[in-house]
Amino acid sequence: MKQLLDAFSSSRTERLALIILLLLILCALAAPLISPQNPYDLAQLNIMDGRLPPGSVASAIGIEEGAPRGLHRYWLGSDDQGRDMFSAILYGLRISLTVGVSSTLLALAFGLTLGLLAGYFGGRLDTLIMRVADIQLSFPAILIALVLLAVLGQGVGKIVTALFAVQWAYYARTTRSAALVERRKEYIEAARLLGLSTPRILFRHLLPNCLPPLIVVAALQVAAAISLEATLSFLGIGLPITEPSLGLLIANGFQYLLVGMYWISFFPGIALLLLIVSINLVADRLRDVLNPRLQKQ
Amino acid sequence: MSMQQPILDVRNLQTHFVTSKGVAKAVDDVSFSLQAGEILGLVGESGCGKSMTGFSILGLVDAPGRIVGGQLIFKGQDLLGMEAEHLRRVRGNQIAMIFQDPMMTLNPVLRIDTQMIETVQAHQQISRAAAYDRALEVLGDVGIASPAERLRSYPHQFSGGMRQRVAIAIALLNRPDLIIADEPTTALDVTIQSQILSLVQTLCRERQTSLIWITHDLSVVAGLADRVAVMYAGKIVESGTVESTLKHPLHPYTQGLLGAIPALHERGRPLHLIPGNTPSLVNLPAGCAFSDRCPQVHAACAVNPAVVEVDDAGAPHSVRCWLIKSQMDGAAP
Amino acid sequence: MLVFLLRRLMQSGVVLLVMSLLVFVGVYAIGNPVELLINPEADQADIERTMAALGLDKPLWMQYLIFLRQALAGDFGTSFVHGTSAMQLILHRMPATLELAVAALLIAVVLGIPLGLWAGLRPDSPSARAIMGLSILGFSLPTFWVGLMLIMLFSVQLGWLPSNGRGASTEILGFPASFLTWDGLQHILMPALNLALFKISLVIRLTRAGTQEALLQDYVRFARAKGLRSARIVGVHVLKNILIPIVTVIGLEFGSLIAFAVVTESVFAWPGMGKLLIESINLLDRPVVVAYLLTVVSLFVMINLVVDILYSLLDPRIRLQAQAG
Repeated sequence: MKQLLDAFSSSRTERLALIILLLLILCALAAPLISPQNPYDLAQLNIMDGRLPPGSVASAIGIEEGAPRGLHRYWLGSDDQGRDMFSAILYGLRISLTVGVSSTLLALAFGLTLGLLAGYFGGRLDTLIMRVADIQLSFPAILIALVLLAVLGQGVGKIVTALFAVQWAYYARTTRSAALVERRKEYIEAARLLGLSTPRILFRHLLPNCLPPLIVVAALQVAAAISLEATLSFLGIGLPITEPSLGLLIANGFQYLLVGMYWISFFPGIALLLLIVSINLVADRLRDVLNPRLQKQ
Repeated sequence: MSMQQPILDVRNLQTHFVTSKGVAKAVDDVSFSLQAGEILGLVGESGCGKSMTGFSILGLVDAPGRIVGGQLIFKGQDLLGMEAEHLRRVRGNQIAMIFQDPMMTLNPVLRIDTQMIETVQAHQQISRAAAYDRALEVLGDVGIASPAERLRSYPHQFSGGMRQRVAIAIALLNRPDLIIADEPTTALDVTIQSQILSLVQTLCRERQTSLIWITHDLSVVAGLADRVAVMYAGKIVESGTVESTLKHPLHPYTQGLLGAIPALHERGRPLHLIPGNTPSLVNLPAGCAFSDRCPQVHAACAVNPAVVEVDDAGAPHSVRCWLIKSQMDGAAP
Repeated sequence: MLVFLLRRLMQSGVVLLVMSLLVFVGVYAIGNPVELLINPEADQADIERTMAALGLDKPLWMQYLIFLRQALAGDFGTSFVHGTSAMQLILHRMPATLELAVAALLIAVVLGIPLGLWAGLRPDSPSARAIMGLSILGFSLPTFWVGLMLIMLFSVQLGWLPSNGRGASTEILGFPASFLTWDGLQHILMPALNLALFKISLVIRLTRAGTQEALLQDYVRFARAKGLRSARIVGVHVLKNILIPIVTVIGLEFGSLIAFAVVTESVFAWPGMGKLLIESINLLDRPVVVAYLLTVVSLFVMINLVVDILYSLLDPRIRLQAQAG
């Protein structure tokens, strides 16, 4: 852990990336506490404040009795329904992160199990699993996602399924190659001679030693998943309008961007950008730290 | 040997590699000279700096390596002071090089004719057809059957020995004055080795081409070279005519190398081995670099020995060793 | 070579079969085919008639065979929205997509290879670092977001380039093409650049890595020892060696360009088949969706096949192995 901290303190760019990432995650977690309004409580929206440029002062007219009052400003502007963009972005971050992380975790669990099985047992099972993974990886992720969404339709569960399907093969392949190396080592032989059960050998002995490359791949994949989800939502075939991720926010503002009202699309875009780039930089740094071969240099 | 102007005069050449672990003196104060038509055997274990000496002469030292001192006088001009374009016109034209591994030196995706013609055209303003004819001629000279057909082939269609012949042909294309051969037979079978050896020897003798033959194998040098220089840890520790050096080796290291060669009439006798390993160039013992492996090490060896000139029945012979120095001093009044 | 070709053809056939099965299972078995394939506005009699016509009363394996036979004939049914053959619609939109993808590929090669070479030859120079920084951005930025930014900057703020559509096109060989008119060029520039962005980064990285590796090889040192000019060493000895893997990857990426064109076409309202797909998904126009998916997958498999053959032609080592085998 100390090593990790050292790694991040040595490079200014990556340290900044880590700070931004932690800040974004914090914002997402605390969205209901820190956002000026709940952007999806229609009672708090004021249609009169629609499409206000950044920095505008909210009008006091039309706000219902009991709703949070005061002359707050739309620091990042408001959308066509008078929604505060800053609040919308915080909630959007929450959804984007949730979808990205949960689909990655699911795919990780599934892929690493298959990868361990393939690497440990070899033979036909290995051939079958890897063939399927290879065929799938020969197609671009977006095509796989399009096929699935075209068949399944819209919805949070469905996009998580699609992102899951896109990712599992990476983990299966990474785990398998690590497992193939580890399997030949003596400690596995020793565990087998001790008569430990196969699941125990797989998950308690083999898995921890295959983890480092997996963590890196998974970290990079979270960014890829968030980016893909945003893309699909932007296209209108990802998340439904009731679950406005960053991608959907950007899509909403697209028509206004064309007439010069940039902020509705632009600021969610910046948030998405910061999220993806900071995850990528942190993951890159993780790779250097976890890869002992590179570490020595 | 006539005392004409040497074709190559290497003076105090120093090539250093600056790494995070320290400075490796791959070539450390190396001096020798070469007459026209003369063959010099440059001998030493791997990592002693003999190949780097060859690369330094051609200006092919890659970062982090750098030539930090000395002079390389080739036909009266210092190669080290030359600007890049001038040096390029010397390379492959007046000085050619043959590399160790024939499998790696020819570009795998270019046909042999391309690789030969470009070499001619890089130095001579002649037509492609004329360059092709030259390639054809030289390929015949190095003993490749049906050269016209072979010119249209790719390197991987040749055996290792044939590839080395092609590499030699490329070196000969522009009729160089000097060829530097960096262990060109090490990667080959023994029978092919001797074929290549005699081929190069004949060609160089015929054309009065000087040759620096870099090798770790003293027995190769015995039949090929006029003179020999033995390198250890970046320095030439002994040099002289082949006769004198191989018959009366003075440096304990040369003696060790000769003792390690198995001879037919000594079957059954244990080989003499030099104890220890080739030292890392970054971490050399102070004084004589060979001192920690030398069977005759003594107190004086803590200081770097100077070169001693010995006269071996008229043949010039020099050595870097305190033993010889003290013998000489003792012998002299 | 023939054996090699046949083997690759068979592999491609198997992949196609698997994909067709997947789409079939997805559309016919998991979903409700009646809902998916029959116009939701049809009445009960219509539904029964169409079900019989589509063979939905037959067992599943038989349905698959029928589906396969019709698919091979290019018959994916009639679009609910447009009322014409789904395949016709796809084919009508395909040239626009192909033109966009080819333009993007050209941009990726023309920009990527020189930049990558430069970065590989001088890895420590500030310019090389800048190039690599840009390529990292190109990898991580979502395509659609970059597209929006391009529109915001060049169309809305500066007003230099049109933000959507294809502009004037001229016919060549019976297909409309944009690149022959100034208006068309203006329209294709931004979308092509947008689509190319990811590939530029990829080509830069590949070229840089290949260059750095090639520079360490003995044949480059030998080429220097031969006294060749650096332009020839880099342009012939290095480039020809690294071009093989680069061409392979670029070729393989052409398929993914077509897939990613879905995004770019939607952002720039480029009238290709990707935009048609998104419209069709949103309008639940299933025949068009199925036709698109199978067309793109077939294209994809075909491209992989062609690239493999091209690869073997480029690399003399493989070419000769194939001849021998």
